[in-house]
Amino acid sequence: MTNESKSGRERLLHITKREFSQKWKAYAVRAVAFLLAILICGIVSTILTKKSMGRFFYDLFDGAFGTERRLWDLFHNTALLLLVALAVTPAFKMKFWNIGAEGQVLMGALACSACIQYFGKTLSDGALIPVMLLASMAGGVIWAVIPALFKAKWNTNETLFTLMMNYIATCFTAYCIAVWAPLGSGTLTFKLGHLPEVGNQFLLKILVAVALMVFLFVYLRYSKHGYEINVVGESERTAKYVGINVKKVIIRTMILCGILCGIAGFLLVSGTHHALHKTDTVAGRGFTAILVSWLAKFNPLTMGLTAFLVVFIQKGTGQFSTLSGLGASYPDVMTGIFFIMIISCEFFINYKVVFKKRSKKTEAKIEPPAPEAAPSAEEENVERIETLDQTETGGEE
Amino acid sequence: MSNTPVIKLKGISKSFGEVKANQNVDLEIMEGEILSILGENGSGKTTLMNMIAGIYYPDEGEIFIKGKKVTIASPKDAFANKIGMIHQHFKLVDVFTAADNVILGEEMPRYSIAKEYRAAKEKYNASQKKAKDFCVFALRTIALPFIKLGKKIAFNHLSGARAKSLQPIADKYGFKIKLTKKIYDMSVSEKQTVEIIKVLYRGVDILILDEPTAVLTPQEIKTLFAVLREMKKDGKSIVIITHKLNEVMEISDRVAVLRKGEHIATVKTSETNEKALADMMVGKKLDLNIDRKDPVDPKVRLEVRNLTVLNSDGLKAIDDVSFDINGGEILGIAGISGNGQKELLEGIAGLQKKESGDIIFHNPKKDKPVTFFHKTLRKIKKMAEEGFFHDPDGKKWDFKGLSNKEITRLVNEEKVLFYEDEIIDLRHRTPREIQELGIKLSFVPEDRLNMGLVGNMSIIDNMALRSYRKGKSVFVNKKRPKNLADKIIDELEVVTPSDMTPVRRLSGGNVQKVLVGREISSSPKVLMAAYPVRGLDINSSYLIYNLLNQQKEKNVAVVYVGEDLDVLLGLCDRILVLCGGKVSGIVDARKVTKEEVGLLMTRHSDNTEVNDD
Repeated sequence: MTNESKSGRERLLHITKREFSQKWKAYAVRAVAFLLAILICGIVSTILTKKSMGRFFYDLFDGAFGTERRLWDLFHNTALLLLVALAVTPAFKMKFWNIGAEGQVLMGALACSACIQYFGKTLSDGALIPVMLLASMAGGVIWAVIPALFKAKWNTNETLFTLMMNYIATCFTAYCIAVWAPLGSGTLTFKLGHLPEVGNQFLLKILVAVALMVFLFVYLRYSKHGYEINVVGESERTAKYVGINVKKVIIRTMILCGILCGIAGFLLVSGTHHALHKTDTVAGRGFTAILVSWLAKFNPLTMGLTAFLVVFIQKGTGQFSTLSGLGASYPDVMTGIFFIMIISCEFFINYKVVFKKRSKKTEAKIEPPAPEAAPSAEEENVERIETLDQTETGGEE
Repeated sequence: MSNTPVIKLKGISKSFGEVKANQNVDLEIMEGEILSILGENGSGKTTLMNMIAGIYYPDEGEIFIKGKKVTIASPKDAFANKIGMIHQHFKLVDVFTAADNVILGEEMPRYSIAKEYRAAKEKYNASQKKAKDFCVFALRTIALPFIKLGKKIAFNHLSGARAKSLQPIADKYGFKIKLTKKIYDMSVSEKQTVEIIKVLYRGVDILILDEPTAVLTPQEIKTLFAVLREMKKDGKSIVIITHKLNEVMEISDRVAVLRKGEHIATVKTSETNEKALADMMVGKKLDLNIDRKDPVDPKVRLEVRNLTVLNSDGLKAIDDVSFDINGGEILGIAGISGNGQKELLEGIAGLQKKESGDIIFHNPKKDKPVTFFHKTLRKIKKMAEEGFFHDPDGKKWDFKGLSNKEITRLVNEEKVLFYEDEIIDLRHRTPREIQELGIKLSFVPEDRLNMGLVGNMSIIDNMALRSYRKGKSVFVNKKRPKNLADKIIDELEVVTPSDMTPVRRLSGGNVQKVLVGREISSSPKVLMAAYPVRGLDINSSYLIYNLLNQQKEKNVAVVYVGEDLDVLLGLCDRILVLCGGKVSGIVDARKVTKEEVGLLMTRHSDNTEVNDD
């Protein structure tokens, strides 16, 4: 009777929680996922263009690393993406879901542009650039701190709030551009206020990004502020119990986010584009950065790597798409594949899929005259116990 | 109670990695009995019962139900065998009503279109096959999908009606519960009732309760026991997992004692006593007396005057309460839970808004040096003018003719001493300031986390929660917390793989040791320990009592909030009884009897009882 009830609901697939004892195994899964992502990108591309797979891989690496300029461009773009990712990280660590980095960076860029617009003619570049930097920071901080204040005061939902602030920022920028250049094409270009070059036009920004990455790593890991952010993120009640002023921490952290976003906006206008456009200036980095930050598990150092991989896919497939005439959206599709693969591989890191063999043979072997004998085969038992043990560790989560 | 076993366990073993949770356990559960499974924390009680309930699968051994060997691989199998378990942490959907939680997961009766079609066809074949019969058959066939849909949505849409259909079950065993109430509006005891109704609704004959009394008040325990006895009369077998000896004696017919995963013995309750059970449970002779010394020179440490505290709903949780807490003694706070204990302590700790009243702290500073910790130079100068300080020789300081720099040097060299204890009004201080003055609160909540500990952080990082602000560096000093963590692990026998282990991975008792250990280690001046032994076994509880007694001997003012009256009477010097947010009495713990305290606990409870009904 028991045999019947058991085989009646036996499943072939069994999903159980797992935890890797060695960390490198988890990284190996991620590496495999990355390689698979590139492979799938290649397959999709060959189907679309009927070019050979080798061609795709050649263009992928050629586009990213082919010439010295491309190499610089790769690192430069990584740096810019990394900056925005760093900016959202402290808030995420605090479980404050700030998805308004796009708007916060744009407001930094706008404030920077406003300085050029109004002070450009009266100030020299040496005086103008510090003013631009400060204004950018202020712009970013204002946009970041408004949702924080509302959250602290009235416990509003920060996700919706920051998202909506993005659209206000975009429209406000469009308005400002229209006012400053009524006959323009919607893009405001600047001949003043260019960031001085160190070595070449890219190096300074890369250095700034690396410096901020190290700073943020130390800040989050070792400083008292970082510790408070961690406690507030993990348990607000405990934070209150040990006397942490939660509101203060929220506002302080969002000010930091705003400052970092402001710096990113400043570098985009003054160092990269020398122009302002309502969407092209930030170009979606505010949203990509969220994924970059998540993939790195909010660790600033890992974020350098994840940002690099994203930009590598973008640049490499960009080259392929240009040569094959696939259009500007093609790199986005490829980046999408990359993200899907990397995010879904987390499932295999957290869970284990156990395939069960059909135990028809073993069931047949059981002799009917022994009613008290074990109904199930030994090996199946062992397997079940394994999976149950995993459930046990999972249950504690 | 009959003598036929409904469940028989034979040689059950289960291990988790290296840890052997159960070893070769034989156990019988009789029909219509209440069996207690008694054992310390981590003795494998819950694991054993989880195997009967289908949560775990035993490594070795066999389970027989009514003489038939069964495989219980999932809770579904357990239900099929009429076994239901009520876990310590309730598994209810908060936004649903009680009734909806009870019927949740119930399968609708199957409706197979193919089967119905065949039935209709047979009927048609059996008929005279006239045109009229064919029309009936055809119409019925066409209607089948709609009937199926109708059955699917023929769910009773009125929540009141759903509740009504369940009322007989509730009435049968005398549950007093409103089935249309949402879970989030319910107290812990009501939630437990819903869990019990849930398993009864599934037609369970064997009911397992995992530490059902851990979160209940004495009154609620009484109600629960009455219900259990009612179910026993109905022929159901009940298993209670517990480590509270008095409850075992009160409710159970037989007791099975587990120790370190092994089954020690099963005895009839009528043939044993608490002492014998405790010995079996712990394995060594245990002294059930707490070593209580007389307080030495008790002096007022904290004055609470006409304090009124509002709870989170804006109602008066503490109403015009006045009392003193003395240094060097343990003040017990007794009361049925929810009568303002939490608000009182949180009010003192600055965590709850105080409506009115004063809390005056006598900082024991006499002949101790003044520091810049809380005071500015200006404040110290002003206090000196008012004659607060003396020098090491006993002469009065007035700092006349001294420059600021010299005064700073004197203070830093600890040459400026207080004449008298410093008196500080705590009413408008922030929680952090109160903490830094040495008034520590360790509140063990029902889920043990989220009030003082962060589950995902390591033991070391949790130690740092209290001390991380110390020092001027912008970085957190991890060295001191590490030493402290290692010390607590060592002294309080915390079972953990390492000091880097996240706290959430520890068992409940060990989590508590970490929390209480940390508060005590900060050398407090007032230590408020609320439910520090909640859910702890005897050995660990005594460890905590000893720690509190040590603090008392160090002249700390200790406040102990507990549920167990025996412990309150044995541990404390004075007992304050709270009832309905008011003090219904402050008694000498050495002279008072349990009954007297019990009476005080319910003195004003006329109103609350009306509310309960």
